[in-house]
Amino acid sequence: MIEVQNLTKQFGSMTVVKDLSSGNWELYTLIGPNGAGKSTTMKMITGFLTPSNGTVSIHGFDISSQRQAAQASMGYLPEGAPCYEDMTVSSFLRFIAEIRGARGALIKQWVDRVTETVSLSDVVHQRIETLSKGYKRRLGLAQALIHDPSILILDEPTDGLDPNQKHQVRQMILDLSDQKIVIISTHILEEVSAVCSRAMIINAGEIVLDDTPEGLCQRAEGHRSVSLRVAGVGDETLSNACGQLPQCGRVVPVAGGGVLVYPAEPSVDPLAALREMINANNWQVEWLQQHQGQLDEVFRGVTGGRLQ
Amino acid sequence: MKNVTIILKREFASYFTTPVAYVFILVFLVLSSAFTFYLGQFYERGQADLLPFFNFHPWLYLFLVPAVSMGLWSEERASGSIELLLTLPITLWDAILGKFLAAWFFTGLALLGTFPLWLSVNYLGEPDNGAIAASYVGSWFMAGAFLAVGCCLSALTKSQIIAFILTGTVCLLLVLAGFPLVLNFFQDWVPALVLDLIAGLSIIAHFMAISKGVLALVDVVYFVAMMALWLYLTRLVLQAKSAD
Repeated sequence: MIEVQNLTKQFGSMTVVKDLSSGNWELYTLIGPNGAGKSTTMKMITGFLTPSNGTVSIHGFDISSQRQAAQASMGYLPEGAPCYEDMTVSSFLRFIAEIRGARGALIKQWVDRVTETVSLSDVVHQRIETLSKGYKRRLGLAQALIHDPSILILDEPTDGLDPNQKHQVRQMILDLSDQKIVIISTHILEEVSAVCSRAMIINAGEIVLDDTPEGLCQRAEGHRSVSLRVAGVGDETLSNACGQLPQCGRVVPVAGGGVLVYPAEPSVDPLAALREMINANNWQVEWLQQHQGQLDEVFRGVTGGRLQ
Repeated sequence: MKNVTIILKREFASYFTTPVAYVFILVFLVLSSAFTFYLGQFYERGQADLLPFFNFHPWLYLFLVPAVSMGLWSEERASGSIELLLTLPITLWDAILGKFLAAWFFTGLALLGTFPLWLSVNYLGEPDNGAIAASYVGSWFMAGAFLAVGCCLSALTKSQIIAFILTGTVCLLLVLAGFPLVLNFFQDWVPALVLDLIAGLSIIAHFMAISKGVLALVDVVYFVAMMALWLYLTRLVLQAKSAD
């Protein structure tokens, strides 16, 4: 269990993480633009950086005063998955296993199990510097997993991987999240709905939204909006008809014909009213689709769409 | 202590996975022999001892030891692996001592490689082997003091070149502390007590005392204290960096 209270980090006069608190974290995703403070937050949780203020406790162990006990139950993949490049995969994993407390036959057992889990068996005798990016990332995951920790902290675990590798890593994270607390950071929004049960959008060091992926999508302006195209009815006629329904808000024409109807209020579903209107007019529907809302709309909305 | 050993083993092995170790040992052996025979006039002196060999060690270490120590922390910082190391369940002392001891044992190994010289003087005459053994120990301790300085300065920066230059400079000052060059600079404006203190910091004075064959407690304490001080400073630097 991770408890974060009033976590703050200042570099000189710049505040990178502001007063971050959270309850019980399970499978969490930290999302936010580059420079939002995701990595800094993770570095403080794992004990690499000392917070300017606030506390982190891991299973009841304070990361500042009981650092080793807290670190023992965590596995951490730092950003960019750094390793000792001059070592071979197996000697590197043996080193981590030993530091993590394995002795004798247990070392081999741990190394074998983890190379199996992340499919590294083909390259165990290779030097790390000769590995491809995908393998290096998996090795980073392997060292984080080797002691079967109850908490996994993964900083951009899929960054720089090809679509197949991304899928594989996400699947692995999903499998692991059954028995572990997993926290990942990402700026890839598709990852959020693909992987996690809860997401937190961070901007300029502050939590701006904390919700389930569905809950986040519901905050999009486009949530429950409907695209509609009717045979033989012009966009203007259609727009006017839709505009008169109290359930409908803004109506905008869509390129290629048809309209996009937004709900009057976020809580209102315009779909039933639209169907009624179509039936009453005896229109022939060519295309009708209701949208869930796009996460990137929400993301841009709350992070100000700034490029950082 | 277990963690120190695990880190020591990894660090020590890493010297030999790249050509660094072999180049270092080769250069050390070639230069120390060249200095002994050409500059030190090993044969011409007609004395069965290794003074000309050990006399050059402080100067040799000035640029060889920083080459060993420069990567201790700056390489970890540059590659980001420091984040991995310091989030493992180990103490800062585990990491510092493991790294330092690996480097120290490595220089010890290079020093052991010079044993043919010892054999030669024994073949040529009847040297004071006690004095030679003391000199070896003294030289190794001096290397340890240089390494501790390098360890601390390497923790300051992610550039190995900066770490190398800083270490060389600080070690040069420590070596020269007993020479008129440094002492004259302070002579006119510091009390005699401080002047003695500065002179007492001189690495060379303590090393020369040992290489004369007297392994006095005061000199051993000096080198051990030097190592302890600079390793403690390393810890302060690492802590400050983590809070920064």
